[in-house]
Amino acid sequence: MTELLSLQNVHVQRSGQVVLSVDSLSIEQGQRMVVVGPNGSGKSTLLLTLARLLHPSAGRILWRGEDLARVPALVYRRQIGLVLQDALLLDTSVYENVALGLRFRGVSERQVRQRVDAWLERLGVLALRQRPAHRLSGGEAQRVSLARALALEPQLLLLDEPFSALDAPTRLRLQEDLQSLLQEMALTVVMVTHDLSEALLLAQRMAVMMNGRIVQVGSATEVLGAPVSPQVAEFVGVETVLPGVVEGEQDGVLLVRCADHVLEVVGQVESGRPVYVCLRPEDVTLWPAAMKPPSSSARNWLEATVTRLLPQGPLVRVTLSGADVPLVALVTRASAAGLALQPGVRVRASFKASAAHVIRR
Amino acid sequence: MDLIGEGLKQALHLLLQGDSEVWQITWLSLRISGLATVISLVIGLPLGTLLALGRFPGRRFLVSLVNTGMALPPVVVGLIVSIFLWRSGLLGGLRLMYTPTAMVIAQTMIAAPMVIGLTLSGLQQLDGRLQWQLLGVGASPLQMVWMLWREARLPLLAALMAGFGSVISEVGASMMVGGNLRGYTRVLTTAIVMETSKGQFDVALALSAILLSLAYVVNLTFTWIQQRKQ
Repeated sequence: MTELLSLQNVHVQRSGQVVLSVDSLSIEQGQRMVVVGPNGSGKSTLLLTLARLLHPSAGRILWRGEDLARVPALVYRRQIGLVLQDALLLDTSVYENVALGLRFRGVSERQVRQRVDAWLERLGVLALRQRPAHRLSGGEAQRVSLARALALEPQLLLLDEPFSALDAPTRLRLQEDLQSLLQEMALTVVMVTHDLSEALLLAQRMAVMMNGRIVQVGSATEVLGAPVSPQVAEFVGVETVLPGVVEGEQDGVLLVRCADHVLEVVGQVESGRPVYVCLRPEDVTLWPAAMKPPSSSARNWLEATVTRLLPQGPLVRVTLSGADVPLVALVTRASAAGLALQPGVRVRASFKASAAHVIRR
Repeated sequence: MDLIGEGLKQALHLLLQGDSEVWQITWLSLRISGLATVISLVIGLPLGTLLALGRFPGRRFLVSLVNTGMALPPVVVGLIVSIFLWRSGLLGGLRLMYTPTAMVIAQTMIAAPMVIGLTLSGLQQLDGRLQWQLLGVGASPLQMVWMLWREARLPLLAALMAGFGSVISEVGASMMVGGNLRGYTRVLTTAIVMETSKGQFDVALALSAILLSLAYVVNLTFTWIQQRKQ
């Protein structure tokens, strides 16, 4: 794959403070890179820097191998498309809004008409062509905003939390439509979001930002399955992070002592090393307390007491304690009912050695 | 009450019989104030935009100056312009004192801060990220400013109305730098002052009625444009 854009030791200051500090980040041609991180982590600053709307105080950005500082800003910006969190449409018709960037570029009226109509149709808003932008719903406005960017046929599409202002059903429909569009177009995309599910839907590659720095880059599976720090682990939904020490190895599985328990965890860490054992709640299975664990299974079994139940849509988040190690499990409502879960109930919790992940401390 | 009734009758009479001096005064008022408003727009729109969008040292100080300028008393403007245009003044050699040009200069000084200030606040009312969005879809800086003006067209129209309103109705500066010379620098406001001082209330009322009608028609037109989309 050809590298389209890369950042090298890029620092960005705002109000005298360094708010972005990226040692290295590379975006390949045709890649969909999603930058995730909590609010205030510097994601939007990164995106605005990539759009050349904020300027690095140090470092280099390379665009097709050339120092971006040497490319005239307008020439560069006319190769990209930008969609922000709010649609920010102008007070005119839907058609004129989508035509905007094309008109800036001096595209002929015939071409403008063709491209605007084509993109309005692809985003399912052709019927709204003549409607004043201020009379659109949030979802419609964001579709128009996407059409405005995509009609430019950009080399790079920059998306700044484009779905965060939408209600859940509208967001889901638009995410699905955008996903299929982007797959079809093989367009290079950088999207920033704090929503992990949104990131998973669109990302080919994922970068995690914390405190203005990119702390991990990898496939979604890598980031979710093997976070590099307890902070990343927490952000990507790993709710159980247990400090422990590697005591040894048995049949390719690490034995990690956490409090009074020895957990079996897949990983490669030398003996005696302090680590964190990370576990996602959906990887924890709950059983009746009376159940006897099978001896052959490569599972960890712990006894615990339910301390809290928190319904989350079709699932229930179960906080467990009383065992030597605190755990969080995510079970279906049916399972919760089947196990008669309620605070105070004793259960057995199990998780596979391969489901846990170790981070060196 | 008789005085008002008589005055209004006289006003109607003057207008209907097409008194040439009245029409000349009216036309001159419109020309001077119209030109001063246009010049204020030409100066005020870019300066207001620069203050709204620019980030540079001394910006806040300039904004405070503009805000002060919006409340500048016309007589003070008249005094300043007089000092410059007086025969012994810095620009005395131009011989502009007591000319319509001097009145345009003074009125521009009154209207420009109004246009700058209202342009500034009109643009600042827009979502700050709109600039990013416009640049992000490939606008050049000029295209961006044009689109922002377009978005802020209603407040900008209000700036225009306020600018025109402030100068068509002012008297102090016009009197001081124009001198109220018959057939040359006499405008509606200076004529009203003169007729009132002479006790010619009927003529003063007639001229006031014209001034009010003029201001009303101009503002009605602007308001109609401004409110059209509502």
